[in-house]
Amino acid sequence: MMPTAIIDTVGVLSTAGALFIVSAGLTLVFGAMRLINIAHGSFYMYGAFLLTTIAGAGTGLRFWLAVVAATIVVALIGAAVELVIMRRVYDSEHLTQLIATFGLFLIFADLALHFWGDNSRTANPPAAFAGQVAIGGAVFPAYDLVVIAAAVAVGLGLWVLLQRSGLGWRIRAAVEDPETLQAGGTNLPLLRTGMFTMGALLAGLSGAIVAPQVAVAPGMDSSIVVAAFIVAIIGGLGSVPGAALGALIIGAAETIGTIVAPTWASSFIYLAMIAVLVARPSGLLGIPERRQ
Amino acid sequence: MLELVDVHTYYGSSHVLQGVDLTVGAGEVVALLGRNGAGKTTTLRSITALTRPRSGRVVLAGRDITSRPPHVIARAGVAYVPSGRRVFSQLTVAQNLALAARGCPGRAGPWTIRRVYDTFPALAELSARRAGFLSGGEQQMLKLGRALLAQPDVLLLDEPTEGLSPTMVDALGGWLNLLRKAALSVLLTEQSAVFALRHADRGYILEKGRVRAHGPARRMIDSRELHDFLGVGRGGDPPDGSATEGRR
Repeated sequence: MMPTAIIDTVGVLSTAGALFIVSAGLTLVFGAMRLINIAHGSFYMYGAFLLTTIAGAGTGLRFWLAVVAATIVVALIGAAVELVIMRRVYDSEHLTQLIATFGLFLIFADLALHFWGDNSRTANPPAAFAGQVAIGGAVFPAYDLVVIAAAVAVGLGLWVLLQRSGLGWRIRAAVEDPETLQAGGTNLPLLRTGMFTMGALLAGLSGAIVAPQVAVAPGMDSSIVVAAFIVAIIGGLGSVPGAALGALIIGAAETIGTIVAPTWASSFIYLAMIAVLVARPSGLLGIPERRQ
Repeated sequence: MLELVDVHTYYGSSHVLQGVDLTVGAGEVVALLGRNGAGKTTTLRSITALTRPRSGRVVLAGRDITSRPPHVIARAGVAYVPSGRRVFSQLTVAQNLALAARGCPGRAGPWTIRRVYDTFPALAELSARRAGFLSGGEQQMLKLGRALLAQPDVLLLDEPTEGLSPTMVDALGGWLNLLRKAALSVLLTEQSAVFALRHADRGYILEKGRVRAHGPARRMIDSRELHDFLGVGRGGDPPDGSATEGRR
């Protein structure tokens, strides 16, 4: 019994870790700009596809460099998208924004088909983490530890950024009152470009990191964006610690569902979401939206 | 110092400012009076380009700043103090001030966080508290402190007495004198005409998006215009003096 528990815990943390990284990007972008970005899933998928292309069969240094490169390329795509399209729709209503990002989602999906085809691809985990690890009689994939470590690093990094740095205070002020912030001298358009780029970067990083664990294929954009939205909503849209909590809950719900009732596993996520939203309509750590 | 020339501003199809002309001289305190919805807040928003005028010019110290991006206008020396409880409530008092101090890099001036704390000792004691937990008066101090740290030449105060207790309104009068001593140009909007004119050098009366009257504050305080356009004068405040102007 004990070894299974350890395996399950590591599995939950690994699933939750990848979900957290991608959801943190989504929740930051929503919080700071009230923008619901459907194309966030595309950035994730591109991170994964780019990793398979850049890493090739490499399992050494080339793999790690590929993670960095894929993440940077996705961030640059994000910056371009913000500069060309997003900054034109911030003042529009949610529906317009939704259509704009959904349009991008479709375009990115078609471009991915064009570049990578419709076969699923795989990436090799780096050699150092390719095998299994045994802890207390439990055996699990060593690569899970990489994903967990990445999530912890991202979480700590975002915490330091948001709580301890002037840039982070600016981001939190922008979430609350962008108008007053820019009347105080902050270049809001530039801050928004930076935020959107950071959101894309986190999505790309998450995609690149999970690539060795999953089948990299068309369709992973839509499945992740649904999961990421559920995580962000459970945690409270705009809250990074909330995204961490939400990811843990969804990771656990998925794992428990697979064990308890495999055919119903996917509904466990939605049950978890419903339960949380009944108790707290703004999410676990969300702040009710202020009307101005 | 600040000049508005024939400024027209719309919210959608609603023509809110219909050709506003006004000036604020260097070191002058000017009151902008008017009823609910007369266009007082819209005038301030047009200056800061938070709402862009459709036509007309806003000139700061000889430089045309009409419809420049709001952060550029702030860095040119215009600080805006919005009405209501618009502090960054999730940040502490100290973080609010630190953010303001970094908002306008490249502008030199006498204001430091230390000096803001000396001016408003209550803020120093509350520096670690989240701004959302401050009282209305304390938030007003924080908003003023924040604006001063931008080292402005011109300060725009939107309804500074709104929601303040009588004691705090007296204190606010003292702060206005302090701003005057610091040689700042101030444009403040008020529904409470008597308070504003008592502390201002000159006043403008706005009605339906147009300037209906203006002149030295001392003369306006008992004027016929004040009575005609605001329904006050002879020392009385408007009955709806606590109402806030409608915003977008």
